[in-house]
Amino acid sequence: MAYFARRFAFFLGTLWAAVTLNFLIPRLQPGDPAEAIVSRLAGQSESVDPAQLQAIRIMLGAPDGNLFDQYLQYLGAVVQGDFGVSYTYFPYSVTHMIGEALPWTVILVGVTQIISFIVGTLLGTWAAYRRNSRVDSVITLGSTFLGTLPFFWLALLLIYVFAITLRWFPERGGYGGGSSPGWSWIFISDAFQHSVLPAVALLITGPIGWIIGMRNNMVQSLGEDHARLAVARGLPRRRIALTYGARIAILPNVTGFAIALGSVLGGAVLVETVFNYPGMGRLLLESVSSRDYPLMQAIFLFTTVGVLVANFLADLLYGFLDPRVRKAETA
Amino acid sequence: MSTPAPAVPTPGTDTEGLQATATELARRSRLPGWFVILWRNRKCRIGLLMLGAFIVVALFAPLIAPYGPRDDAFPTSLGPTGGHWLGTTAQGEDVFSQLVVGARTSLIVGLAAGLLSTLIGLVIGLTAGYLQGWVDEVLSFLINLGLVVPALPLMVTLAAYAPVRGLWLIIFVISVTGWAYGARIKRSQIITLRTRDYITAARFAGDGTARIIAREIVPNMTSLIVVGFMGAALGAIGGEAGLAFLGLGDPQTVSWGTMLNQASLGGALLTGQWAWLIAPGLALSLLITSFTLINFGIDALSNPHLRED
Repeated sequence: MAYFARRFAFFLGTLWAAVTLNFLIPRLQPGDPAEAIVSRLAGQSESVDPAQLQAIRIMLGAPDGNLFDQYLQYLGAVVQGDFGVSYTYFPYSVTHMIGEALPWTVILVGVTQIISFIVGTLLGTWAAYRRNSRVDSVITLGSTFLGTLPFFWLALLLIYVFAITLRWFPERGGYGGGSSPGWSWIFISDAFQHSVLPAVALLITGPIGWIIGMRNNMVQSLGEDHARLAVARGLPRRRIALTYGARIAILPNVTGFAIALGSVLGGAVLVETVFNYPGMGRLLLESVSSRDYPLMQAIFLFTTVGVLVANFLADLLYGFLDPRVRKAETA
Repeated sequence: MSTPAPAVPTPGTDTEGLQATATELARRSRLPGWFVILWRNRKCRIGLLMLGAFIVVALFAPLIAPYGPRDDAFPTSLGPTGGHWLGTTAQGEDVFSQLVVGARTSLIVGLAAGLLSTLIGLVIGLTAGYLQGWVDEVLSFLINLGLVVPALPLMVTLAAYAPVRGLWLIIFVISVTGWAYGARIKRSQIITLRTRDYITAARFAGDGTARIIAREIVPNMTSLIVVGFMGAALGAIGGEAGLAFLGLGDPQTVSWGTMLNQASLGGALLTGQWAWLIAPGLALSLLITSFTLINFGIDALSNPHLRED
């Protein structure tokens, strides 16, 4: 139980640190981001609610009042989920914009991550089972080579070949002009067609970490005493590989799954930008280029908290799967 | 930890011959031992040659580039020709010249941000691992935090506020976001090292903490530090390319990332100027490949078991 308590404490700690980091970043900047946004909003023809201006000041920093008071106000606003209004999409709140974009990224990244994990773990197991064979070197060298290709460049090449030259898939966007988001068959099939190329861009490099990790872990676990004993007992090779090697080797990959999420999100930002895919990554970049600081800060907070939650869940799962971890942390 | 095994040559055709030449080379020119081990590894040798070529290009960039990288006096969106080996951009700049100058940017960012984040990681990792106790608790928390915060969104957010995005700002942003992984590895390494007999001996001999760390511990983790530097440099090169591609790079500097950004915006996809699109990405992945190949050799340096292949 101590293990889970410790993990929960770590989760709360990182959560607090992420929220505080989000508070500090705009306040460390030269100039005054909040006033810049407020004056730009005031310049717009539509009337701006003073409460909304106040929300922006709470998020990005007010000229008056001490830092501690600002921090308390900020924490209160975050707990209530009040992140202010977006400057670019003015009448809409920041939370509304994120709500629109979030499902796209969650589905795209979620599906590709799960496929990458399964494919990578299987290929890694195969490479370790046939280690030092031709299969092994094709898998390891192939993934090393593919791993050097930059995400966004692959995405550009995919557009060039499959969207512009061959015209197999739509070039950009999340869905066509003819359909609107909803549970209609037309929209779903349209959205699927639009997501094939971005998914492929993420899938080409996605499994590599799992392949290398799984292969190395498994080669190591096959060299341990209990695996050697299994060899000495004359157990079938395949059974040794799967029940003595792979079963232990897969454990570190489970925690790796959550840690990798952070870097996959980085890849998603690039891929979404290339494909003009309506997810969080594109929204982040849009908010940056239009200097929509309230939106930008909220997206940063949301992605960080999402990764933290995923890590916490992976820690819990790891504790259930591997009793040694629970013991080691209590000792 | 591991018993050193003698380097067993693979039963390949020419490996033995190459190894013999390598040993002889080392004897004749008195190359340091680590270099011979690196050079002996075939993958690593290819990587070193590739990186060497990139360094030569970067050093002599102004001599190699036929035109100025921003010189836009040429016809726009030209395909590859004799005068412009890789064609021209939509603004009429020479792609090959930009590619050559871009090598310089990537290597500077890799070297500077790699060094800076290795240094941060070294200081934090060593302090946490050696002092332990509450200092370790706090620093480990920082390290774990640095590991889980998504790096690219953080880099984008930090870069977004900067009024002027110079190359050094980019290097700084990449270093502050990329040190955690190295710090974690160094921390766990020092924890295994600090209980060794020779450390205890040094402590009994009256050596201070700083001296023990500098003279006894750091020399024993050289290969780990080098691998960490390579990893950090690699991440930095990729990070700069990513930021520049998103339009958040230094607008004054020509880099492979800015080239791809402009190729994407300038319609290289539509005008069919494929060389403008292919060349920077290929250069980027070749540079990353060279680092990865060198890492194979460095792994062999730190783990004698791996010298077998």
